[in-house]
Amino acid sequence: MATAAQAIPRTKRTLTGARVATLFRRWGLRGTAAVYLVAMIAVPAIAVVSQGFGDGLTSLKSAMGTAGAWEALRLTLATSAAAAVINAIFGTLLAYILVRYRFRGRGMLSAIVDLPFAIPTLVTGVMLVALYGPASPVGRALQGAGINVVFAQLGILLALLVITLPFTVRTVQPVLLELDTAEEEAAQTLGATHWRTFRSIVFPALRPAITAGALLTFARCLGEFGSVVIISGNITGRTLTAPVFIFQLTMSFKPQEAAAVATVLFALSFVLVLVTTRLTRLPAEVSE
Amino acid sequence: MSVAATDTRLGQERLHQHRRRRLLRTALLGVSLAYLAVLLLAPLAGILWVAFRHGFGDIAQTFSQPDVRHAFLLTAIIAVVTLAVTTFFGVIVAWVLARQRFRGKSLLNALVDLPLAVSPVTVGLIAVLLFGRGGWFEPWFSAQGIQVIFALPSMIMVTTFICIPFVIREVAPVLEELGTSEEDAARTLGASSIHSFRRVTLPNIRWGLFYGIALTTARAIGEIGAVLIVSGSVQGQTETATLYIFRALEERQTESAYVVALTLAAVSVVLLGTIEFFKRRSSRRDGS
Amino acid sequence: MSGTGSIRVEGLYKRFGDFLAVNDVTFTAEEGSITALLGPSGSGKSTVLRMIAGLEEPTAGRIFMEGAEHTYKSVQERRVGFVFQHYALFRHMTVQDNITFGLSVRKESKEFQKERLSELLELVQLGPFRDRYPDQLSGGQRQRVALARALAPRPRVLLLDEPFGALDARVRQELRRWLDELHRELGVTSLLVTHDQEEAMELANTVVVMHEGGVEQVGTPAEIYDHPSTAFVAGFVGAANVLAGHVVGGSIQFGDDRVAGAGHLEEGVAAQAFVRPHDVKLAGWEPREGSVVAVVDRVSRLGWLSQLTLRLPDGQQLLAQVPKDETEGVVEGVKVVVDLRNAKAFPAEAAARSAEAVV
Repeated sequence: MATAAQAIPRTKRTLTGARVATLFRRWGLRGTAAVYLVAMIAVPAIAVVSQGFGDGLTSLKSAMGTAGAWEALRLTLATSAAAAVINAIFGTLLAYILVRYRFRGRGMLSAIVDLPFAIPTLVTGVMLVALYGPASPVGRALQGAGINVVFAQLGILLALLVITLPFTVRTVQPVLLELDTAEEEAAQTLGATHWRTFRSIVFPALRPAITAGALLTFARCLGEFGSVVIISGNITGRTLTAPVFIFQLTMSFKPQEAAAVATVLFALSFVLVLVTTRLTRLPAEVSE
Repeated sequence: MSVAATDTRLGQERLHQHRRRRLLRTALLGVSLAYLAVLLLAPLAGILWVAFRHGFGDIAQTFSQPDVRHAFLLTAIIAVVTLAVTTFFGVIVAWVLARQRFRGKSLLNALVDLPLAVSPVTVGLIAVLLFGRGGWFEPWFSAQGIQVIFALPSMIMVTTFICIPFVIREVAPVLEELGTSEEDAARTLGASSIHSFRRVTLPNIRWGLFYGIALTTARAIGEIGAVLIVSGSVQGQTETATLYIFRALEERQTESAYVVALTLAAVSVVLLGTIEFFKRRSSRRDGS
Repeated sequence: MSGTGSIRVEGLYKRFGDFLAVNDVTFTAEEGSITALLGPSGSGKSTVLRMIAGLEEPTAGRIFMEGAEHTYKSVQERRVGFVFQHYALFRHMTVQDNITFGLSVRKESKEFQKERLSELLELVQLGPFRDRYPDQLSGGQRQRVALARALAPRPRVLLLDEPFGALDARVRQELRRWLDELHRELGVTSLLVTHDQEEAMELANTVVVMHEGGVEQVGTPAEIYDHPSTAFVAGFVGAANVLAGHVVGGSIQFGDDRVAGAGHLEEGVAAQAFVRPHDVKLAGWEPREGSVVAVVDRVSRLGWLSQLTLRLPDGQQLLAQVPKDETEGVVEGVKVVVDLRNAKAFPAEAAARSAEAVV
């Protein structure tokens, strides 16, 4: 009763300079971060969503009614998916040789794989046109063989592959490095061939990383503009992609329609990015 | 069986083993190299060839044009401002995310990832929605007499938006891994927060920071989609290097376009490469 | 039950860059026996095992199994069962998928796989765990699964690389006993790599003692214990006291004392005598011819033994292990008379390598 209430002495909480500093540091920093992110990111995001769907689905329907709209969406999804799959295969291959093999120029190879992070997307488009376009002997030879790269869907795919080259390699590489080769040796003593060992032992361990790489690739490809606009020719209904379509809508003063399509694209990408960053931040596989 | 016979049979078996392993290795290396050649190496060679076809003549000629010089200047200005903003606030956000625990942190985390999911054309669109005619913030800015859209401010803003995640995503994990022990020690020794940050934290995060800065710079100078929308492309005034390339290609000034393109790529590559190089050197010295 | 083969290794060498890990190793593991490769870490024993399995390629030398040459055959062709120190279970597969892996690789029928699986699960007594994943098992359970997996395809030869090294002492003993019984039942030729002498002595028919890449001695456990042929074996196998001295008239002289057993050594050379602690016998209180007088520095009790730390007149130390009933009156500070039995003598340079005589 009286004793219990008096048992714990109460310290007076004074507003010392140190406390103010701590409070400021905690809330000032947090506040700054919050304001920065909200102002710079949340507001723009809200803007595009509200403008695109402010009047329900009208803008979206109107946008999709434009010539070439559905084809553009389909083309973007198809090329992004194809790029994700091809990238997954070759990315895993590249990661494998970088981790498991020793050869002259391995460091150089690793650096080359990282190049697309440094090359502006526009320059990628320019590069591909320079080599595979009608102005170059290689381009002309390909055209003669019936293979059109520039102003064709193949060119779009090629550009996407260049830009996302490092993605799967870099998600798979750390996992490969961590792998314990004892499991693979055990499989070999049990008679498994190289391929069987890869299929049953190595691949299951790499699957999450490969998936993350593929999803990241897909999300990145959905919004690609700089290289595609150069190489594809932007032919409505044939080589026009969704981002270029949005660009055209914007430049023809149809911002709400552009916002509607843009929101759809961005929502898809955003979900994918969130999923993959959670996937790659997952703790390492169960240890023994 | 005579000794000689068993030896040759042995030798053959061993050769057979080695040959099979060699074959697989060569095949995998070959396929990887071919993939990289088609995607990157050959196109790079192509653009280099065109740019250097007439020695350094084309290069000198390109850089003598006032348009080009102004374009580079503009790119540099935008990059510097973008860097300043995203680095300063980026470090704050990284600190808050890595060191503090609070409700809503996952929301902030998601916000940071958001720009990665947005197509640059959407970013340009958002700028139009916010600052263009009839936009949310347009009245206030016109009242102040500030031209945002079709002028430098919007170009800086879109580039900044796009570059927000890089510094944060490079610095936050480093901060997390480092832990607070060194800063705690500094505090027990009497250092103030700012002091401890400057003398203890900053040196420890420097490689993450530098890499984030390099990525931001590379991305900023290579931006095309968003600036294409908001710049209005007024020659000599709101034309960045990338916009110059775009126009030069349309006007068939291919050599100049390629030279400027290569310059942008070279700057990014050198920047990122240097950081990588010094980072590896320093980690080797630290014995990690 | 049989149909397992012998293993013969001739002149094996393995070089890693500048480092010679295996230096001229030759031995034979008889059909149906358990042979232990015993040695400290870095002695090359694991490398030898891996070469027999085909996981490493020998720099020189030959490997025979069941009389046929296997030196350059691929791992898969050799059909050896291999048990790893850290189990190497396939973490993405259940216990039963792990065990039947070797059978599915050989494309055995589903019925046969099921049959064999039941047999093995019963053998290792893990029936209720068939659907578990490796991370849901204890260390001992995992190693049993690893064994079942290795045995499933009926290998001719079973290779075990420090199989119990990652387990704690009690589990290790249990599994050791269990492996012994298993081997009696199955009779598969087994080669066991270990640094634990108790394990080697308990399990093996033949012990190959290895040191710094080379073979020190090959023999039965009794042979290497009672008749070590090199100073290293004398010091490594079983506990041993090392006394430094010189050869004088067929004995090793240290200070004023002598211990017999150096008849095979050259007169006058520096030599070392190895005496086991339980061969240091208390011989009353009266000094006699051939006995040594020592001062008791410390007395400790180890269960039913008393461990006496003795100091010899020339300063060297001696450890004696004596049944505690014989230690009446033996306390710190008193002088006792001891007999040194079964001393093994070796020249000093050779003995220098085993300077860490383990007691």
